[in-house]
Amino acid sequence: METERTENTRMMTENFSLFYGSFKALNNITIKIPANRITAFIGPSGCGKSTLLRSFNRMNDLIPGVITTGAVFLDGGDVAREDVVQLRKKVGMVFQRPNPFPKSIFDNVAYGPRLHGTKNRSDLAVLVEKSLKRAALWEEVRDDLHKSGMSLSGGQQQRLCIARAIAIEPEVILMDEPASALDPVATLKIEELMNELKKNYTIAIVTHNMQQAGRVSDYTAFMLTDEKRAGNLIEIGPTKQIFTTPSDSRTEDYISGRFG
Amino acid sequence: MSRESFDRELQELKRSLFQVTSEVRKNLAASVKYLDKRDMQGAAMIIESDEIINLKCLEIEEQCLNIIATQQPVATDLRLLFSVLQISTEIERIGDYAKGIARISQKIGPGKLIKPLTSIPRMQEIAGQMLDDAIRAFTEDDEKAARNIPARDLQIDVLYNQVHRELITFIMEKPSNIEQTMMLDWVAHNIERVGDRVVNICERVIFTVTGIPVDLN
Amino acid sequence: MNRRNLTQNTAFGVFWLTGAIAVLIMVFVVGYVMVKGLPGITTEFFTTSPRGGLSGEGGIYSTIVTTFYMIIVTLTFAAPLGIGAAIYLTEYSSGTDNKAICKLVSIAGFGVEILAGVPSIIFGLFGYALFVSALNMGFSILSASLAGACLIIPVIIRTTEEALKSVPAGYREGSLALGANRWETTWKVVLPAALRGISTGILLSAGRIVSETAIFFVTLGGSYRVPHSLMSGGRTMALHVYYLAMETRAFDKAMSTAAVLVAMIIIMNLTINTITSRISVKQR
Repeated sequence: METERTENTRMMTENFSLFYGSFKALNNITIKIPANRITAFIGPSGCGKSTLLRSFNRMNDLIPGVITTGAVFLDGGDVAREDVVQLRKKVGMVFQRPNPFPKSIFDNVAYGPRLHGTKNRSDLAVLVEKSLKRAALWEEVRDDLHKSGMSLSGGQQQRLCIARAIAIEPEVILMDEPASALDPVATLKIEELMNELKKNYTIAIVTHNMQQAGRVSDYTAFMLTDEKRAGNLIEIGPTKQIFTTPSDSRTEDYISGRFG
Repeated sequence: MSRESFDRELQELKRSLFQVTSEVRKNLAASVKYLDKRDMQGAAMIIESDEIINLKCLEIEEQCLNIIATQQPVATDLRLLFSVLQISTEIERIGDYAKGIARISQKIGPGKLIKPLTSIPRMQEIAGQMLDDAIRAFTEDDEKAARNIPARDLQIDVLYNQVHRELITFIMEKPSNIEQTMMLDWVAHNIERVGDRVVNICERVIFTVTGIPVDLN
Repeated sequence: MNRRNLTQNTAFGVFWLTGAIAVLIMVFVVGYVMVKGLPGITTEFFTTSPRGGLSGEGGIYSTIVTTFYMIIVTLTFAAPLGIGAAIYLTEYSSGTDNKAICKLVSIAGFGVEILAGVPSIIFGLFGYALFVSALNMGFSILSASLAGACLIIPVIIRTTEEALKSVPAGYREGSLALGANRWETTWKVVLPAALRGISTGILLSAGRIVSETAIFFVTLGGSYRVPHSLMSGGRTMALHVYYLAMETRAFDKAMSTAAVLVAMIIIMNLTINTITSRISVKQR
């Protein structure tokens, strides 16, 4: 029997809706992201899962014409009231395409800490090493820290981006389809890494790949668009439960490949 | 290249199966011991603990389902999970046999048996040892051991026939013994069935390792 | 052979011919200038200044100096303005809902388009009216540079905009997601990544200064002496070619100067090509 634990909530949304101008992209979403767990967002293309993920660190602020109602909370505090720089220090993000800066591996990882005030070279070196180790990349690049981050393979680049994100010691890491541009071996490495990372971080991941959600996540949230093309949360539950006995027939249809 | 978390889950599953097997093994030995010693309290304990064993088997089943649903196992991994599902059913049934023996013991009630038990404990020893060896063969992927174990089932069958004949003579000697005699025959039959279940487990071990379904009965 | 093949071959034949003619024209022009001009080029031609007069005596030393003077001073005015405007237009204005700023940006964009299409003599006239006369700067490198800057600022804005837009959006997102603000993102990530593209634009506009005559004709004066300050007049090489051809008998000297000018333009373009090809290799 699945032992139901009471999880600590790290982030949550409450009646959260998001509009692009007059178009409603997210409809009244209330969801809890448990601390030190991996929560996966699945659903067909355009269901708003990436938009929801980007609401957690307010990346949607960059898009003109975005209006939101309801609220997003981090550790109980409304993220809209928080300084966006401080918010993004606590909520890191890894993107779909590996996007290392055209700088050295060291400077890529040190970029965030430098922004947030770590200037001392030896402090930075310690931080870079620790972050690369946590991202399971240290052994592969320890002698090439001065080389361009762009010279790494796709999978290594993505782990570099993860190292870059954890170098600012966030509480939450958002991952927007982090393995969709990678080959199966590199994907596997990222998945194993996520399992390691959840000891220290809360992870929310958007994935098109249902099997990936099954493999890596503790909780799965299924999203779907309604007849007005607005994204809705259909259900969220322990991944094992969602994949064996989903409570909504639409979830069942989606995970069993009957649509979407 | 490895899938650490997946491998870990499989190991955990094997460990759970091993654990529940050793509990069943304990119950089986105890059921015959309490029957022999006329320990009513012990019998009640076995009946009670079988509930827990059943729950644990269900849990293993659920673990298997979860892994199949979330990890998309193929090839050896898939066979392993399939075997765990089947073996857990066998184990659960063996647990039921032990519970059955405890029930019979309760039915016979306190008071002395018509004869001291000799062949039945011997049968239990052989069957229990087979179960131990079979589950070890499973956890260690030992195909050779799995092929050798079923031969010992013959000894159990021989002993069972012996017990059967012996009990018939008891009835002929004193027809009023008939009820207890039939119950003891049922006990022996339960243990004989344990042997057959263990043979099924061995078939599963071979299937897991080689991928070839075999019939060892 | 069927009809469709015939049509195709005819079409390709015609296009081949037009292509060949285009190449021939270019080869002829450059070749003519080189054949006529190269024999007159000596070391002395580079080291002496024109002596004036109808005979067109002397070399082109002072015109080379004036040309480089003009490039440097014009770029000093135009580059910061053009790059700054481009950064504002691409990096800052895109993320705002403010109606007034959006309007301003679209007007600015339209203005840049118009300015880029305005004939250069218009800038010359404007420079003459404003800098030479109204602001009393006279025919000088300063007046000419300011007028020249007006000509190349649209070029710099457009090439810088292109360079900034070609920086992958992922860099900006990555930086912003790490808690950088827009300025930190622009300064530390976007500008370094766009640097080669921007320098290409700068070189391109330097080429415009080198080849421009109309503006300088009405703002730079035409003095053949070596300029000694921003307030000196002067003549660039291109302007010198014009003077030699139209006002002296030294058509051969005009050809030699033109040959040097063409060589310089070719070198500049080759440099631009190397830079841009390196960018595309780097950004794969």
